[in-house]
Amino acid sequence: MVNESAQIATEPALRAENLNVYYGSTLAVREVNLKIPKNKVVAFIGPSGCGKSTVLRCFNRMNDLIPTARVTGTISFQGTNLYAPSVDPVELRRRIGMVFQKPNPFPKSIYNNIAFGARINGYKGDMDELVEMSLRRAAIWDEVKDKLQESGLALSGGQQQRLCIARAIAIAPEIILMDEPCSALDPISTLKVEELIHELKQQYTIVIVTHNMQQASRVSDLTAFYNAEALEGGSKVGYLVEYDRTTSIFHNPAEKATQDYVSGRFG
Amino acid sequence: MNSEPTRNDSLWQPDRQASRTSEAIVRTIFGAFALVSVLTTIGIVGTLIFEMFEFFQEVPFWNFLTDDQWTPLFPTAEFGIFVLISATARTSTIAVAIALPLGLFAAIFLSEYAGPKTRQIVKPLLEVLAGIPSVVFGYFALLFVTPLLQSFIPILQGFNALSAGLVLGISITPLVASLSEDAIFAVPRSLRDGAYALGATKREAIVSVVLPAALSGIVSSIILAVSRAIGETMIVTLAAGQNPSLGLNPFVPIMTMTAFIVQVSLGDTPAGSLAYKTIFAVGMTLFLLTLVLNIFSFWFVRRFREKYD
Repeated sequence: MVNESAQIATEPALRAENLNVYYGSTLAVREVNLKIPKNKVVAFIGPSGCGKSTVLRCFNRMNDLIPTARVTGTISFQGTNLYAPSVDPVELRRRIGMVFQKPNPFPKSIYNNIAFGARINGYKGDMDELVEMSLRRAAIWDEVKDKLQESGLALSGGQQQRLCIARAIAIAPEIILMDEPCSALDPISTLKVEELIHELKQQYTIVIVTHNMQQASRVSDLTAFYNAEALEGGSKVGYLVEYDRTTSIFHNPAEKATQDYVSGRFG
Repeated sequence: MNSEPTRNDSLWQPDRQASRTSEAIVRTIFGAFALVSVLTTIGIVGTLIFEMFEFFQEVPFWNFLTDDQWTPLFPTAEFGIFVLISATARTSTIAVAIALPLGLFAAIFLSEYAGPKTRQIVKPLLEVLAGIPSVVFGYFALLFVTPLLQSFIPILQGFNALSAGLVLGISITPLVASLSEDAIFAVPRSLRDGAYALGATKREAIVSVVLPAALSGIVSSIILAVSRAIGETMIVTLAAGQNPSLGLNPFVPIMTMTAFIVQVSLGDTPAGSLAYKTIFAVGMTLFLLTLVLNIFSFWFVRRFREKYD
């Protein structure tokens, strides 16, 4: 069930319609319909294998990099279908950034981790300024300002992840996708990243996949609950069960499966 | 009801002494085999050093470094090792100039661009190339490449560094390609995804992220290939000639360090003679050169290897 009133009246940043994702001939996620409103944080929750990461990776066409993946349906981004033949996924990914499950800084200096994206996208401004601004916005500037030439890999896991967020911000995307950004971090680093998400909401639309329900309730405005059902032959297909304001999902869900999941009865 | 099996110690009587003995025997056997390789290395290095000292009893070290002729079998013997080193340098430089781009580009193509089908065909072909005996490469250089090159480089002589170096380069290309591909393949997928998510094209992701991340592996593959080129014997002996000449000219016959060792070893040089000792001095030089390269490679890999978990 999808609560339309919850999805805010403004023009959505992203709108998925009848989205199906296949890996080879196997249907992985079926019939996803949802709108991501601007300047909100939307959390995707659900048990493993429910397709929440798969849907997330459709939003910047990262699934294109998996040779067997195939997508049907549409995802509208500013009025155009992301999967239209005229859309260049490389250009798209500059405008819809992504932060991954495991921090993946490049084996380059902290400075060049930030500057890389700007350079390949033809940034003409002051690079030092952009690096500083991005690191400040990712709340890591004070920790790294004296060692910008050291390797990004020398940082702690939590710092690496904030560096990756800074790297994503540096190319001025409109939307940031986060695929379980805290699952490899300790609680204190997780807290820092969550505070950062609150800050970033002012300027960006954020979609975050998380296994951690407390995290979803802390950081998101809206929550989409996905579940998986077993098909004949043992494969599983994911689908969107319920999408509503986070408070409704956690306190007054419409579906029994959602109720069971958020209260910890399965998943 | 008690579901635990009842404990009955009398059923368990391992022979601890026998297993301790067999562990010790097995350990000794494996140790002995490991020792063989260590002893072989010590034996070889020891012989090299001993005979080299014998050599330097008769030939001053200074002459070894500064003579500009290599004529150890002549009555007026001169022992300018740089004559041979300049020959080895010529063939090896040409070989690396061929093998580096060929091997690296092949590795990038195979790991990043080729589909599974293409890889299935090209990789075994590379392995076939690596399996061709070097004597075949030598004759290929002498009887095919040299005449071919002579048709547009008339000054090229029948034995020369150029065609030996070119074919030597082809023969070490599979080594560079295979080891570089391993290094490129080992770059985690997450790094490529990170680059693509920032709007990198495939070329940008490869050039700016994947290759730098694989740098230490690529460099060590190249250094290994250089060591192989320096030590290669058959191709340079057959195709580059037996004529010691100092310089950088790749069109003339030359004599590499390995070719000299072949020449003396094939002749009827009596053991203990000066010519006999000379091959150990040359062998020691070869050994030191590759040792320095390997140490550099080891240092470089440790210095620049990135750890990903």
